[in-house]
Amino acid sequence: MITFTDVHKSFGPKRVLRGVNLDIPKGESMVIIGGSGTGKSVALKSVLGLITPDSGTITVDGKDATQGDRDAFLARFGMLFQGGALFDSLTVWQNVAFRLLRGSLKRPKDEAREIAIEKLRRVGLTPDVADLFPSELSGGMQKRVGLARAIAAEPEIIFFDEPTTGLDPIMSGVINELIREIVVEMGATAMTITHDMTSVRAIADKVAMLHDGVIQWTGPVSQMDSSGDPYLEQFISGSAEGPIEAVR
Amino acid sequence: MTLTAPLAALGRATLGVLATIGQVTLFALSAITHIFRPPFYAREFAVALLNIGWLSLPVVGLTAIFTGGALALQIYDGGSRFSAEAVVPQIVAIGMVRELGPVLVGLMVAARVTSSIAAEIATMKVTEQIDALTTLSTHPMKYLTAPRLLAAVLVVPVLVGIGDIIGIYGGFLVGTQQLGFNPSTYVRNTVDFLQQSDIVSSLIKGAVFGGIAATMGCYYGMNSGRGAQGVGRATKASVQAAAVLILAANFLLTSLFFTS
Ligand SMILES: Nc1ncnc2c1ncn2[C@@H]1O[C@H](COP(=O)(O)OP(=O)(O)OP(=O)(O)O)[C@@H](O)[C@H]1O
Ligand SMILES: [Mg+2]
Repeated sequence: MITFTDVHKSFGPKRVLRGVNLDIPKGESMVIIGGSGTGKSVALKSVLGLITPDSGTITVDGKDATQGDRDAFLARFGMLFQGGALFDSLTVWQNVAFRLLRGSLKRPKDEAREIAIEKLRRVGLTPDVADLFPSELSGGMQKRVGLARAIAAEPEIIFFDEPTTGLDPIMSGVINELIREIVVEMGATAMTITHDMTSVRAIADKVAMLHDGVIQWTGPVSQMDSSGDPYLEQFISGSAEGPIEAVR
Repeated sequence: MTLTAPLAALGRATLGVLATIGQVTLFALSAITHIFRPPFYAREFAVALLNIGWLSLPVVGLTAIFTGGALALQIYDGGSRFSAEAVVPQIVAIGMVRELGPVLVGLMVAARVTSSIAAEIATMKVTEQIDALTTLSTHPMKYLTAPRLLAAVLVVPVLVGIGDIIGIYGGFLVGTQQLGFNPSTYVRNTVDFLQQSDIVSSLIKGAVFGGIAATMGCYYGMNSGRGAQGVGRATKASVQAAAVLILAANFLLTSLFFTS
């Protein structure tokens, strides 16, 4: 459904993506792993047109992601940003219901608020946070509000940039289950970035490892442990020794 | 090589300035078109009106009253050198309405509003809130820039009008309390002397300066670099650019209105 073909992106002299090829089938959960700073977030943002690749193409349903009606295109997506990216001028529920309060998916205010509170509950937040401002929440709570916002309009394609970073193990478990549920029940296509191997096993249908600007390995999660790829093995074991240099 | 180095640097700087002018112009045009194309974000517009207009009133009032007062003292002193003290009301009125009112309000708005718009939008940019807006199918130009620009163009003329009046009142206070003018004569001289074109020019300047202030804040905010340093640089650059452009635009408008 989402296909990267030979995608390149540099920032000044820094070559981040150097020919990424990847296919994410409809209704599947793809998890992208890879060292810090390898360009995972850049890859996600490229699909949404937030970053324009230098060369190569990204297609969604066979159509070039940069062409056609932007609004209709973006309405199909939900995105959790790595830093949460909550609007600090709006309350928590207004953040979550942002899409439901304006534009093509607009609902009555009461209904939007109800949906927001329901989504907050799903990410483990009680209704009393609804009227707080994002700056009044802890980092992990902000992350979960971001998650609630990403899923609020029930998009068909959802990107999660490190959904469990900064959460306690139990809350991570809740979020992993939620992501799994969204893929299985809503039939959504998900692309998740994570460093947490427990999450990978809980969420993924398929795994792709980004290293040195290319997809080093990709395959079903069941084959991850027997891949024979020294890069992937080092990443899974978290060893400082191996082909991936610890100092980059 | 050493001889041409300064020339090369000058050339680069000039090209840089020209490129920025081009970008700002395109940005402003795009912002204007977004004002006229739906959707219109009424809540954002109302907040901008409040921030730019209402909350600027105290600083505008204080600036104007002190300036009007000082102006009256200067004109009295200068005028007395050739026994023309009596022109205080007329010159205070014309000076405030034609020049000082719009310019001072413009500069105050640049200091207060441009900086806060730039810092807010730049912070949104570095914390990925602008990206988040886009992914939520909301155009940042429409949601952030258009309401602020429209609010500034509408409300800064009002501020200028208020500044003009308070400035004249400052002159009146000094004139009547300290310089011995008769209050009713002072008021009559002011009112009789001012022409409609003076007031209209004042308000038009206000609208232009408001537009410059909001556009610069939004432009530098949207193009902010990364991190806290990026926000700081964007804020500084926006206020500098707004202040210089306001003064330059003032010169152009004055030559347009008052030289024939
Ligand atoms: N807008 C940008 N301007 C300049 N450089 C950028 C920009 N965005 C990303 N980079 C650079 O691209 C590289 C990859 O960044 P990216 O955020 O994709 O990393 P990542 O794989 O998501 O890492 P992490 O796991 O730490 O989040 C980094 O070296 C970063 O400095
Ligand atoms: Mg990242």
